[in-house]
Amino acid sequence: MSELQLSQAQLLEAYRLMKTIRVFEERAMTEKMGGNVPGGTHLYAGEEASAVGVCMHLGPADQISSTHRGHGHSIAKGCDVDGMMAEIMGKGTGICGGKGGSQHIADLSKGMLGANGIVGAGSPIVCGAALSAQILGKQDVAVAFIGDGAFNQGTTAESLNLASIWKLPAIFVVEDNGFGEATSSAFVQAGEIVERAASFKIPAMKVDGVDFFAVYQAAGEAVSRARAGGGPSVIHTVVPRYFGHYAGDPDNYRTAEEKAAMRKDRDCLKRFRARVDETSLLDAAALDQIDADVEAAIASAADKGRAAPPPALESLTTDVYIRYV
Amino acid sequence: MAAIHPVVMPVWGVIMTEGTVVKWLVAEGDDITPELEIVEIETTKVTGGLEAGVSGKLRRIVADNGSTLPTGALIAVISDPEVPEAEIESFVAGAKTEVPTAPVAPPQPATIRVGDIEINALRLGEDLPGTPLLLLHGFGGDLNTWLFNHGELASDRQVVAVDLPGHGGSSLAFGSGDLASLAGIVAGTLDALGISRVHVAGHSLGGGVALKLAELRSDRLASLTLIAPVGLGAEIGGNYIPDFIAADRTRAIKDVLGRLFADSAAVSRDMVEGVQRFKRLDGAGDALRTIADAVFPDGRQKEDLRRSLGQVPAMVIRGEADRLVSASHVTGLPASVEVITIADAGHMPQMEQPGPVNQAIRRQMAKADA
Amino acid sequence: MPQKTFRQAINEALHQEMKRDDRVIVMGEDVAGGSGASGDKDAWGGAFGCTKGLLGAFGPARVRDTPITESAFIGAAGGAALTGLRPVAEIMYVDFVGVCLDQIMNQIAKFRYMFGGTASTPVVIRASYGAGRGGGSQHSQSLYPIFTHIPGLKVVVPSSPYDAKGLLAQAIRDDDPVVFLESKMLYNTTGEVPDGAYTIPFGEANIVREGGDVLLVAIGRMVGVAEEAAKTLETEGISCCVLDPRTPSPLDEDTILEKTEEIGRVVIVDESYPRCGLAADISSLIAERAFPSLKAPIRKVTPPHSPVPYAPVLERAFVPTPDRVVEAVRAVAKG
Repeated sequence: MSELQLSQAQLLEAYRLMKTIRVFEERAMTEKMGGNVPGGTHLYAGEEASAVGVCMHLGPADQISSTHRGHGHSIAKGCDVDGMMAEIMGKGTGICGGKGGSQHIADLSKGMLGANGIVGAGSPIVCGAALSAQILGKQDVAVAFIGDGAFNQGTTAESLNLASIWKLPAIFVVEDNGFGEATSSAFVQAGEIVERAASFKIPAMKVDGVDFFAVYQAAGEAVSRARAGGGPSVIHTVVPRYFGHYAGDPDNYRTAEEKAAMRKDRDCLKRFRARVDETSLLDAAALDQIDADVEAAIASAADKGRAAPPPALESLTTDVYIRYV
Repeated sequence: MAAIHPVVMPVWGVIMTEGTVVKWLVAEGDDITPELEIVEIETTKVTGGLEAGVSGKLRRIVADNGSTLPTGALIAVISDPEVPEAEIESFVAGAKTEVPTAPVAPPQPATIRVGDIEINALRLGEDLPGTPLLLLHGFGGDLNTWLFNHGELASDRQVVAVDLPGHGGSSLAFGSGDLASLAGIVAGTLDALGISRVHVAGHSLGGGVALKLAELRSDRLASLTLIAPVGLGAEIGGNYIPDFIAADRTRAIKDVLGRLFADSAAVSRDMVEGVQRFKRLDGAGDALRTIADAVFPDGRQKEDLRRSLGQVPAMVIRGEADRLVSASHVTGLPASVEVITIADAGHMPQMEQPGPVNQAIRRQMAKADA
Repeated sequence: MPQKTFRQAINEALHQEMKRDDRVIVMGEDVAGGSGASGDKDAWGGAFGCTKGLLGAFGPARVRDTPITESAFIGAAGGAALTGLRPVAEIMYVDFVGVCLDQIMNQIAKFRYMFGGTASTPVVIRASYGAGRGGGSQHSQSLYPIFTHIPGLKVVVPSSPYDAKGLLAQAIRDDDPVVFLESKMLYNTTGEVPDGAYTIPFGEANIVREGGDVLLVAIGRMVGVAEEAAKTLETEGISCCVLDPRTPSPLDEDTILEKTEEIGRVVIVDESYPRCGLAADISSLIAERAFPSLKAPIRKVTPPHSPVPYAPVLERAFVPTPDRVVEAVRAVAKG
């Protein structure tokens, strides 16, 4: 992949999104530790290039489903960070009115069909979104972001099968951070992800998930194939998970050395900067400016979130149905 | 000789094949006179009292409250007081062993095409001589409005009852829905049936259509009998039209239909269900609204058709307790128009007091035929 | 009025709604009659023949045989509903919900609430339910209480062909997710069904029969059982009102309470299990809100707390019968 295929504006946008995710997650951790996040939240820091490398190919009419670790996909698909931060804090100004929380952030107007508290649940939903596009004669695609854990779920096997026999414009991005909660994926996973996909006759690629450009290229091929009616794809992105399974996880099942090395050697932002610097594509000052802007934006989102009112009590029983009786 | 009189499940109208004993109003041993209502019977359309028709003593109640029996089945025995108990006993036993005759299949309506529009029409007495009678029901009703009249009146002439456009089994899509367009479709139906000249009895909206028909095609009308008709005054009592259109739940429909009757308890569950089933059909609501907007904008009658009354020999019938069409609508009519007020009836005298209404319709037709 | 079977009523509703709205699709096991096989196309019409003819009328894009993977196709129906289609997905036997409950309970039912009211998921999940065909423990259950328990789902259990057609049309046009359960013992029953399309609103009980001595509350197949019992009881001079709630969710609480207050004696007849079942739910409603009007304790006629058995003699003993209803009514009618 040549980074020259991307315009300067696109490169800046990719960097801005990845940086936003990183800073958002760090801030979410801080706010959690500060007692401002009432529930559980799972942080995506380290995996940013996977979400952004894929979503740079998608428009608002394309659909994605996400996981319990969903902040990154939400930001990459265009969800409002103020609304997301307020949602995590359980505020009435949250993107879901404070009713969903971190694990259910969604914005259907952006084609974001929801983070999901159930591992593997997004795969069938994405098959349905792809089926809509197919039946309604649209060129849109649907992407299921799932983890290495979800790839062992029956729902995913069923969905790969369905997507293959129906030639659905569906893409399964398996973000392999090496751990299902605290258990190493090597301990619980048989065989290779791409080989499983191949057995369903689904083209599959394994890429380094800290390399934005590698992800971008693989996703480009998969999205083009899906839009052209060529059916589903699997992209296996290998990514680091900087924090524990959830914010506050003591994370003592991994050694301090392993975690330090991961942050040092497996950082998609550093990798991106180095790449654009080598090729003199972007001015470092422009990236620094983005860093500053993002820091300010996320700080402001957190300030607004903390100051926001809780949801009105009347909302407890609204939105259960469109119309019940 | 002392007589035993069986009381049987009555036949009210042509489509009644069974009835339910709602409540006995007399007890065994009571003295009976012919006009006495002895039992409340519920049919598919309405609950009504059955008059004894004879004098005597009520000896046996054979069908208890709540039982449903085919028409013609024995429900009680009245006799002269001197008839011995044993004779009553054997009469009841004999009646019980008789296999009730299978109910005759009710006559089926036919679909008549008028251009793009389908009209559901039920014809009785097709082969009978004489000028036929056309029955036109009211807003939100259907040809079953004439349950207690249709068969009775068809004893000596053909009687055709139609579902107006947007009602019953007729098309739910039809022109503008104003009286002229409805009358035009009715005239087209008569053409399709090969009927050139006709008596018309119209109830409520059907009365308005009949008046419009008189205005447009007086040459085809032998006489008019208008029952609580539209067209003779502006107001409609009790916000009936909007409430009828809005009613969807059972309770609301029962409430609004109750306003049609002098005794709102006459509205049966089946009557409510019939209206509800019609209103649930795709297009039924739009059909009713189309007609209401054209004929009753703002819940008031748009057209004054009093002038059409002079065109054809006409009679007007109104229930004394009608809550929709007030008495002022039937005052100040031309002297040639006979006005009959029916006691113990509301907006539905043809159902509530079918005897006198049928008599009046017959008299009006006979006068015109003569 | 034309007479049609319950099966025909379902089939007619599917035909009319697919014709009315291009976004309606039908998916499930064998719904297209067995695709990819050597025999005639759509020879079968699904396990119960309800979808026969849809393939010919609407084509394979909108009428889809699926693999036997309920999680995938029920979840896909939910995802498709979120993104512009109005799927009708069939689970052949409601017992199979065990393998896809997550998609119904955690996903479809909750999208709207979790997403702050921004989602609509107009999906219908049809399934057969009930004992009586020797299906054994995994093909005979009446699991509507499971769905009724879940906020966000509407649950429909029709008892007659007329209701089946009108309620299914309503389910398909409804913007909320609906679970629509059909008693397999009712498919061959007949009744008056208009040819035209119509809808019956949810949450409105049907008074199937009027009566003043005892109120019988029953749903689905049990409505017929209650009616039969009511006919027998009539000969004994006990008049029963039969109330069919039609939709366990939303439940027409008002009519149940109103009739209870009017009559004062209640027997609830239900085919679902007794613990946390529909009869228990309705019974608690009455006990809580109409207790003063009760002239006798509420009686429930339900199966025992046991799986559905296979042997005919056991299966017959499992399902409430008119005789058992008669017995319960006699007990409450005294005094």
